[in-house]
Amino acid sequence: MELPQLEHVRLRRCDSAASVPQFCNSPTMIVMVGLPARGKTYISKKLTRYLNWIGVPTKMFNVGQYRREAVKIYKNFEFFKPDNEEAMRIRKACAAAALKDVTAYFTKEQGQVAVFDATNTTRERRAIIISFAKEKGYKVFFVESICDDPEIIAENIRQVKFGSPDYVDRDIDEAMEDFIQRIDCYRASYMPIDDERDRKLSYIKIFDVGNRYLVNQVQDHIQSRIVYYLMNIHVTPRSIYLSRHGESELNLLGRIGGDSGLSPRGQKYANALATFIKGQNIRDLKVWTSHMKRTIQTAEALGVQYEQWKALNEIDAGVCEEMTYEEIQENYPEEFALRDQDKYRYRYPKGESYEDLVHRLEPVIMELERQENVLVICHQAIMRCLLAYFLDKPADELPYLRCPLHTVLKLTPIAYGCKVESFFLNIEAVNTHRERPVNVDINRNPEEALQTVPDHI
Amino acid sequence: MLDNEDFMLESSPRELTQNPLRKIWMPCKNGHIAQRRVCMTNCPTLIVTVGLPARGKTYISKKLTRYLNWIGVPTKEFNVGQYRRECLKIYKSFEFFRPDNEEGLKIRRQCAMAALNDVRQYLSVEGGQVAVFDATNTTRERRGTIIKFAEQNGFKVFFVESVCEDPDVIAQNIVQVKLGSPDYIHCNTEEAIEDFMKRIKCYESSYQPLDEVLDRDLSYIKIMDVGRRYLVNRVLDHIQSRIVYYLMNIHITPRSIYLCRHGESDLNIKGRIGGDSGLSARGTEFAKSLRKFIQDQNIKDLKVWTSQMKRTIQTAECLGVPYEQWKSLNEIDAGVCEEMMYEEIQEHYPLEFALRDQDKYRYRYPKGESYEDLVQRLEPVIMELERQENILVVCHQAVMRCLLAYFLDKTADELPYLKCPLHTVLKLTPMAYGCKVESVYLGVDAVNTHRDRPERM
Repeated sequence: MELPQLEHVRLRRCDSAASVPQFCNSPTMIVMVGLPARGKTYISKKLTRYLNWIGVPTKMFNVGQYRREAVKIYKNFEFFKPDNEEAMRIRKACAAAALKDVTAYFTKEQGQVAVFDATNTTRERRAIIISFAKEKGYKVFFVESICDDPEIIAENIRQVKFGSPDYVDRDIDEAMEDFIQRIDCYRASYMPIDDERDRKLSYIKIFDVGNRYLVNQVQDHIQSRIVYYLMNIHVTPRSIYLSRHGESELNLLGRIGGDSGLSPRGQKYANALATFIKGQNIRDLKVWTSHMKRTIQTAEALGVQYEQWKALNEIDAGVCEEMTYEEIQENYPEEFALRDQDKYRYRYPKGESYEDLVHRLEPVIMELERQENVLVICHQAIMRCLLAYFLDKPADELPYLRCPLHTVLKLTPIAYGCKVESFFLNIEAVNTHRERPVNVDINRNPEEALQTVPDHI
Repeated sequence: MLDNEDFMLESSPRELTQNPLRKIWMPCKNGHIAQRRVCMTNCPTLIVTVGLPARGKTYISKKLTRYLNWIGVPTKEFNVGQYRRECLKIYKSFEFFRPDNEEGLKIRRQCAMAALNDVRQYLSVEGGQVAVFDATNTTRERRGTIIKFAEQNGFKVFFVESVCEDPDVIAQNIVQVKLGSPDYIHCNTEEAIEDFMKRIKCYESSYQPLDEVLDRDLSYIKIMDVGRRYLVNRVLDHIQSRIVYYLMNIHITPRSIYLCRHGESDLNIKGRIGGDSGLSARGTEFAKSLRKFIQDQNIKDLKVWTSQMKRTIQTAECLGVPYEQWKSLNEIDAGVCEEMMYEEIQEHYPLEFALRDQDKYRYRYPKGESYEDLVQRLEPVIMELERQENILVVCHQAVMRCLLAYFLDKTADELPYLKCPLHTVLKLTPMAYGCKVESVYLGVDAVNTHRDRPERM
């Protein structure tokens, strides 16, 4: 029996080798349930971001958006009154339009998960969705957020509703009052998922922002991962600091990988980092490093406890470890070109790809979600992967994100996203960022290949 | 923890030295390596099972203990029934468990205390991190006693309650594990079942399940109907989050897990480790025999997994069924020793070779991995294996040893020396509290790649 040609397998992982095993043969609809200001959109966006990052094509469908497009100008809460027939018609049409787009996403765009973000507070509405999904062969997983803490709800409204297009021309008190009445419009007809009547459905109920969860009939791998993720996220304010190690000896020589120590400037950076961190006055800061000397040396200067994670080690460049780009071009010109063609999926011979990195960083991300204030001292490729997760950057942008040496990024989750502040600590360092060259053809000449290599000794 | 007051600015960094065995960089002062235990829990955790007899508490306790130990969290189980058997010597009948049996109650209380004392010993003195207190713990009073005990000793408490009213499941439990219990050694099946049902009745009247309102400040998971539904309350930390995730992924549907290595490879024949070579002629023979073996086994819905190395993929290709490639199943990375013969390693890296024999589990090849690293990267594989049903994993020697150690509860010390010869399939079938193993040698010769623990260090 002829054994298949396997050379091409090295460039990328097989389609059947994603970080999430392909058990989601049927597409999955995640359906949010809950009164307004219960964090549905927050959860939807975060979940979508996470799933895309781990390689599961996911898209969010916010019915409120469809309504804004249909109605153009939002007058007031009266639109949401249960006896407003005209509005009811529009809202139903919007939901239907969104479902239609869900189908298009699954059938034409190879989507795997669609997050249907709306209140979906009546059994009737949920029945329509279930029936729609059944007809098309989609799995359904409900995520219901239940919260009656008035402070949390008020905070929600402050954080995300005031900035909404609906309230652009309103002052804060007006907006708050209107929104509260909007919530009341839903309250009378709200039928939470019923543990008895709905026992055959697959769902998670989140109570009081994660204090308690009820999980029912998890069907498959992706639902299990979603549940695990939802149970690990929180909304407590905190900041995540990302930084690379100080400049290393190999950095100076323009060599990639390896396990060298800090250069004198790198050591200066470590000290500057210590000063910076002290100045930030951070409560209960956790510090994480990789297992590589340069991150540990950097952390040592902080004078506090730190935890080493092998998962934070720099990308393994396999046979190209400790080479300069010039040497890679000379010894492996084809590999060098393949990398420029698809930097995200390209795997170094006997090494790793960015795609592999994301897979090994997933537990780090999960733990970062659980934690509060954390400083992660890591490496260029690692930092790009982590940053892409927090800033929702797609796979083709990820390998080119700028993560210069001696610069701390402070990420603070806010509203639906992440605020980024960049602090260059004023210690010079080499530039290690290599842009994608113009010519990525295997037959390009060396000058074209080395066009974007940064300077080094 | 980083408080302003505690913060020390070190201008001269501590020297780093790399532990020769584990290749971990640690700070050293005056030549002494600062030992810092990286653990997932700050204070020890006491897991307390709750539930009527025959609800799977011991099954869960043993499985959880096995999993936690495998991922490196020292865990021990304390089964109060065992203490009772030691105290009582001979079990007469269910009457011992009657709620009005004062003598019986006294003995049972003493046994629980004795077990708690041993828990204290294990967690506070012996360096254990998690203790699983396996008993019915069905009254609020008993749970109150345990909580107080934990508070006094600085242990966190996490309850795992199993609730089940399905008579089929309960009957199945009794047949699987109670009939073989020392309590019923002298009874025939009908007698044993009758007695046990009466035993359950003794607990029923005083059973106070964990209550959503009264126990809202406790940390717990309630497992309902063998995993159809879960209620999770107040998960406090990382280890509790992992425990919840694990418990939500295990099931008791009968199935078998088949483990085997790739067919003999060209490098195997040359006595070289690692690499990414193809199958030898005999290896291909094995692949064909494997195909026949699998067909004869008549397995329902078999999934097949391989690594991303040529030799496992070639083996799976012969089966003629779809398979999924996992990079996590790749063989241990021998770093600088890749593709060497043991004789060459001895010649070029005699110190490394000796260190490996000293502690094969923790030893990390220079620029490579250790068995300990393997376990960490295999954890998602184990989690998915728990979710799956019938499955064949085609992998490698070191990887197979790690997986086998998980299923057969082997210690870190034994793990690297487990025998996993080529051309032999291990069929693992979970049963009662453990795993039945059937070893099938498929009759195709192959080299022996097993290296025993050397006598002389």
